[in-house]
Amino acid sequence: MTGLTTTIARKSGYHINLMGLCSAAVILFWAIIALIAPMITPYPVGEIVDWDYFGPSSSAFWLGSDYLGRDVFSRILMGARFTVGISLVAVTLACFIGVTLGMIAAVIGGVFDQVLSRFLDAFNSIPSKLFGLVVVAAVGSSIPVLILTLTAIYAPGSYRFARALAVNINTMDFVTVARARGEGAIYLIWEEILPNILGPVLADFGLRFVFIVLLLSGLSFLGLGVLPPNADWGALVKENISGLPFAAPAVIYPSIAIASLTISVNMMIDNLPKKIRDREN
Amino acid sequence: MSQPIVQLKDLRINATTDSGRQVEIIKGVSFDVTPGEMLALIGESGSGKTTIALSLLGHTRSGCWIDAGEIVVDGHDMAKLSEAQRAEHRGATVSYIPQSAAAAFNPAKSLIDQVIEAARIHDIMPADAARKKAIELFRALALPDPDTIGERYPHQVSGGQLQRLSAAMALITDPRLVIFDEPTTALDVTTQIEVLRAFKSVMKQGGISGVYVTHDLAVVAQIADRIAVLKEGEVQEIGTTEQILHAPEHPYTKELMSAFEPKAFEGIAIGNTHDIKPVLDVKDVFAGYGPKRSDGMPTALILKDINFDLMPGKNLGVIGESGSGKSTLARAVAGLLPPAAGQIGFNGAALRPDLQHRTKDQLRRIQIVFQLADTALNPNKPIGKILGRPLDFYHGLKGRAREARVDELLDMVRLPKSIRHRLPAELSGGQKQRINLARALAAEPELILCDEITSALDTVVAAAILELLKELQRELSLSYMFISHDLSTVEAICDDVLVMYKGEIVERMPTVQMRDGAQHAYSRLLISSVPQLDTQWLDGLEQDLEIIAQFSHR
Repeated sequence: MTGLTTTIARKSGYHINLMGLCSAAVILFWAIIALIAPMITPYPVGEIVDWDYFGPSSSAFWLGSDYLGRDVFSRILMGARFTVGISLVAVTLACFIGVTLGMIAAVIGGVFDQVLSRFLDAFNSIPSKLFGLVVVAAVGSSIPVLILTLTAIYAPGSYRFARALAVNINTMDFVTVARARGEGAIYLIWEEILPNILGPVLADFGLRFVFIVLLLSGLSFLGLGVLPPNADWGALVKENISGLPFAAPAVIYPSIAIASLTISVNMMIDNLPKKIRDREN
Repeated sequence: MSQPIVQLKDLRINATTDSGRQVEIIKGVSFDVTPGEMLALIGESGSGKTTIALSLLGHTRSGCWIDAGEIVVDGHDMAKLSEAQRAEHRGATVSYIPQSAAAAFNPAKSLIDQVIEAARIHDIMPADAARKKAIELFRALALPDPDTIGERYPHQVSGGQLQRLSAAMALITDPRLVIFDEPTTALDVTTQIEVLRAFKSVMKQGGISGVYVTHDLAVVAQIADRIAVLKEGEVQEIGTTEQILHAPEHPYTKELMSAFEPKAFEGIAIGNTHDIKPVLDVKDVFAGYGPKRSDGMPTALILKDINFDLMPGKNLGVIGESGSGKSTLARAVAGLLPPAAGQIGFNGAALRPDLQHRTKDQLRRIQIVFQLADTALNPNKPIGKILGRPLDFYHGLKGRAREARVDELLDMVRLPKSIRHRLPAELSGGQKQRINLARALAAEPELILCDEITSALDTVVAAAILELLKELQRELSLSYMFISHDLSTVEAICDDVLVMYKGEIVERMPTVQMRDGAQHAYSRLLISSVPQLDTQWLDGLEQDLEIIAQFSHR
């Protein structure tokens, strides 16, 4: 395996370690599952197919059956769609909004920065679970509502983070030179600042993705997330929690799925490819 | 002759790069230091001088290791000792004075506690005795209020004082050897003199040996008995200070010496001098930072009543200590810091104070080049893109035409065309500064504001940059406003000099008169404080103490 990483390093000019590669493989695996889930589920997600509840793993039901006798394997495969899909859309929106506003605030500064920062600080001070509860209770749970709620909860943090990074870059001499040249704000943001904060921003993106997966699981656990008969992984844990005393696979495997995804994302962030600076020619 | 304190034999230090490749950074260095002797290690950045000095402590930076050779310090081979045994010697037999004293002190502890720490750790003397000794050292190092200064905290003393306190910290245990790692590089010239004097007298009194790492030959001339010239991890030449300075043998030493010699500057001839308008005309400018006060002036007023002009094709040097407002002046002219009052005229027309209101063409004609090429180039953009942007922005050049012009610019600053695909981090310091300059030239400016552009460079590289500036001036008839704290740089390139002190211009004079024609007391003090390549200079220097006291804000 070390042979593989050195080959990659030589070909691409990037240093990749084994941990990063493995975690990327796990994330890719779940992403593919999310895409092709309907094609490979052995049973429909909502259908009661087993006469037993909390059934053990068997050749018919690989990961056992849940509290109603539904196939857990199928439900996890379909759940990947909600867990990976909703979280990914929400985190992309949150980071896009947060980072864009953060860079604009850093470059423009002044009153704009002050007003925006204070507003988002105030927003940030609302506890995230409570906010999610209130919104879902008021508007009702649907996928767009969940995505927008999660975005609203995580955008202010992303804004704070990006603004702090951008403020540092903004004082660098090369930005001053660009400003003295007469460049506009869009050029400064896009060409001078963004490339220099991209590394930490990506790391933040990964972390935020994990938080969103966990919050979504939390909301589903409370019964406010994805609506039945569909379920994301958090909901699967919740509905099968009574199987815990029987060591039912129905509660174990969704937990493992959540853990594998969140840990892999964290591992990948810590082991992002590093550019090799030392070149022999 | 007594046993040498340091015997370095065929030292080799290797390092591993991030792609796993091994490189030899010190390639077989040998020298001795006898008791009471000061040996200077000089060389450019990357020559391995600090690596060698640190190896005397038995220490290498992370990723490096001592591959072979003996480092015998006071009878112990530091290379062979265990880490715990080395720690016993560090601070006790060998001590270290770092470049940045500010970074070496803990801001949360009083100075004297930190100064006597080494004596406490090595259990050399009781705390009371150590305190007494520290106060003696403070006195010997000519620190003000030696009895009480130790009770202060690091932020309550000046940079020069802090550097002397770090010397006291190194000397408290009566070490046999002290390593000085560029201890005066970050100081102003007037401060540097005091610090050098203090070091010299303390070392003489104690009969302590020293290894002094620096790139500044003039400082070495004052303080060292012998000099070792280093290049690329090898000793090029080693000899007494007199011999190296006056009769260098190795070609590299000769090159280094000639780079240091001040060269007289011949301005370029301008045809008809009568009806030329000044390219830059600064009138009654006040500028500063912070919110405005009731009288319309900023809270922290930096520039006060600045008046000067600059003729086309001429160069103006601006000298002064750190904090004198030199860089603020450049920022005000460039429009980065709009002046609170006064006017800046360019080619006869008044410029708007802030750059949002200046026209693109006005911005094009004034370009600014910064000191640190590392931070002045976007680390994520290849050179070709960095140089291409002003061409596109000001001249609308695209595609082929822009590529061709980038090649021309690289040629102008004497860099190979292949460099355009590299990132700034893949260039040397001198190459980066050339790119920095080429980017300013891409705009086809009339005036370039050079903010300490050679200060971060090695002597030989800096001399080459100055030559380049002169050549470009002849070809493109530019004017430079050249900000520097290094007088020989200013001498090499400027027609006139402005001396700044606390945000005011105290004197303007032609550069040729600078050495002996300065009128104002402060200019004389500043100019006389610049070390010269003469071993007797520091001992023979006489400065009026009253004048020093008047202008020192220490």
